[in-house]
Amino acid sequence: MNFVIPSFAPAMPEIVLLVLASLLLVADTIWSKRYEFATYYATQVILVVVGYLIFESFATEQVITFSGSFVRDTFGDVLKLFIVLISLGIFLFSKEYLLQKKFYKGEYFTLGLFGVLGMFVMVSAYNLITMYLGLEIMSLAIYAMVAMRKDNQFALEAAMKYFVLGALATGMLLYGFSMLYGATGEIQFSKMAQVIASGKADDVVLSFGVVFVVIGLAFKLGAVPFHMWVPDVYHGAPTAVTLFMGTAPKLAAFAMLYRVLIEGLPGLVQDWQTLIIIITVLSLAVGAIVTLVQDNLKRLLAYSGIGHVGFMLLGIVAATPDGYSAAMFYIIVYSITGVAGFGMIVALARTGNAFDKVSDFKGMNKRNPWLALMMLFVMFSMAGIPPFIGFYAKVTVIQEAVRSGFVWLAVYAVVTAVISAFYYLKVVKTMYFDEPDENTKAEPVSRQLNWAVSFVSVALLILGLMPSSLITLCYNSL
Amino acid sequence: MTFLQFIFYVLAGIAAISGLMMISVKNPVKAALWLVLAFISTAGVWLTAQAEFLGLVLILVYVGAVMVLFLFVVMMLDINVAQIKEGFTRYLPLGVLVSIAIFALMYLVLGPDRFGLSHYPSPQEFGANYSNTKAIAVPLYTTHAYAFILAAVLLLVGIIAAITLTLRRRPTTEVLYQDIDKQVKVRAEDRFRMVKMDAVVEADVKKEEGKDE
Repeated sequence: MNFVIPSFAPAMPEIVLLVLASLLLVADTIWSKRYEFATYYATQVILVVVGYLIFESFATEQVITFSGSFVRDTFGDVLKLFIVLISLGIFLFSKEYLLQKKFYKGEYFTLGLFGVLGMFVMVSAYNLITMYLGLEIMSLAIYAMVAMRKDNQFALEAAMKYFVLGALATGMLLYGFSMLYGATGEIQFSKMAQVIASGKADDVVLSFGVVFVVIGLAFKLGAVPFHMWVPDVYHGAPTAVTLFMGTAPKLAAFAMLYRVLIEGLPGLVQDWQTLIIIITVLSLAVGAIVTLVQDNLKRLLAYSGIGHVGFMLLGIVAATPDGYSAAMFYIIVYSITGVAGFGMIVALARTGNAFDKVSDFKGMNKRNPWLALMMLFVMFSMAGIPPFIGFYAKVTVIQEAVRSGFVWLAVYAVVTAVISAFYYLKVVKTMYFDEPDENTKAEPVSRQLNWAVSFVSVALLILGLMPSSLITLCYNSL
Repeated sequence: MTFLQFIFYVLAGIAAISGLMMISVKNPVKAALWLVLAFISTAGVWLTAQAEFLGLVLILVYVGAVMVLFLFVVMMLDINVAQIKEGFTRYLPLGVLVSIAIFALMYLVLGPDRFGLSHYPSPQEFGANYSNTKAIAVPLYTTHAYAFILAAVLLLVGIIAAITLTLRRRPTTEVLYQDIDKQVKVRAEDRFRMVKMDAVVEADVKKEEGKDE
């Protein structure tokens, strides 16, 4: 038995995050009584430290350690940096929201940090076991965060639905994983790819496994026909948690999709491409049509999120490295826009008025012109109207789909984008052309949130004015 | 059929039947006991596959600890399962169809055609001095150490989640708590306020009563 101690250096951000999160867990019990916001500030500091660690040791080539269960590469580092950035924003919004809804608890932030750790593990997983464990760490933390508001029936129902359906999805995924292992005899992605390329693995067992893996992935991404949980859970969960699970985990789920399907199963591209085309077509349709009748902004954003996942999958359907980069770009843009969209609801939420209905935004221009303008930015970016960043995201994925010969799919996607522009513009129309029900000024919860929302929304415009840096980053990281 | 195969089919049969019984009996205590039987027979299957450690751990951990705890909970809570299970059979036809379809698929994919002995060699027979414990422990603590630690983190998150969701501080109107910090910090001014006021002279009650009359 000769075993060489693996190199820990590539996993330093994860190790630091785990150690600091565990310390925070203990410190929180002492702090929480005396210093109200110590845990919150510590959480933000930890995220900054971890972000700095990643940035400082930014990977330019692939490093594999822990006997092939951990990989550090540019793709992973870019995603992790965005996860850190987005989580910083999420926790900023969450603090005010929790205070306002009177369930501010240190555990929210520790669980959130462990959720981020789970995402990191998923992004860096290089075999099926660590992928599954990362997914479970992330999901478990989010299930608990949804249920944290114990006195709220909607939140409990949402938590229950999310938990049961999430467990089902995990079961599907694990079943698929076991088929892949059964057929190839390997759990490490690169070795699985080798065995499949050598043709020794049984095709039927492999495609059987791929079906289940794709089902599990679609569940986690919230793509049709496995999207049933998305609107209910987004709607029922406390808005701060919706903000959390609607943004950063999408990046992790995308990383999972990339690692399993593209790094692990490139030889089965025919099998999963067909499945993903079906999922894309359905997601785009549901995202465009069902959203038309939503009057709750959280549900509207949930359904539009389904449509956005459909768009992201266009890049995967293209099945070229450029296509994957476009998909990565799309999902990053979607996450940032999601922070702005849900952040707006958090910023305007008042006790007794969740400010999550479209009608709440009636005449917003008269009640708070600046925030109305910010909301306009978010809606325009989601609709894909230039010069906002959402436009470039849509253009790149459609471009890649056309390049790979899926012209019909690209045309279809554009049609759904036009339909979905209707409800984004409906929100804008409500804000600018409808008479407000009440003439009081719509104040954000705190000045800090006003700044945060403005910052993210203006970022959508600025990124849209100079999209090339982010696009190049995504294209260079794959 | 060899003797080992005979043992396998008996144990696998018991496991399948007890699994079916577990989800179909009405009484939750009986269901838990059926599950125990399913675990024990599965442990037997693992023993025949020379995975002694796993078989014993299954009995020790699941039967010995988890299921006993579970039985305690079930016995302490008075749950009317018959009520919960009402309407359980409503989706039976659909459920049966789906399970037949899935079973057929599984048979096609996982049947002897693909996973038979002609495709995969029969597992290696080990001698009496072979240690299954060691065979599991060494990779667990070396090649799979990362996954092992992650599993520990997963359990930690589970603990945090469970405590967060169940720990309820009842409001102070119901229960009185002692907060030593606050008690020590208390100063006289917090509890006791000197108020300057003019003397109040009570009106003569009798006089007023007299007036009324």
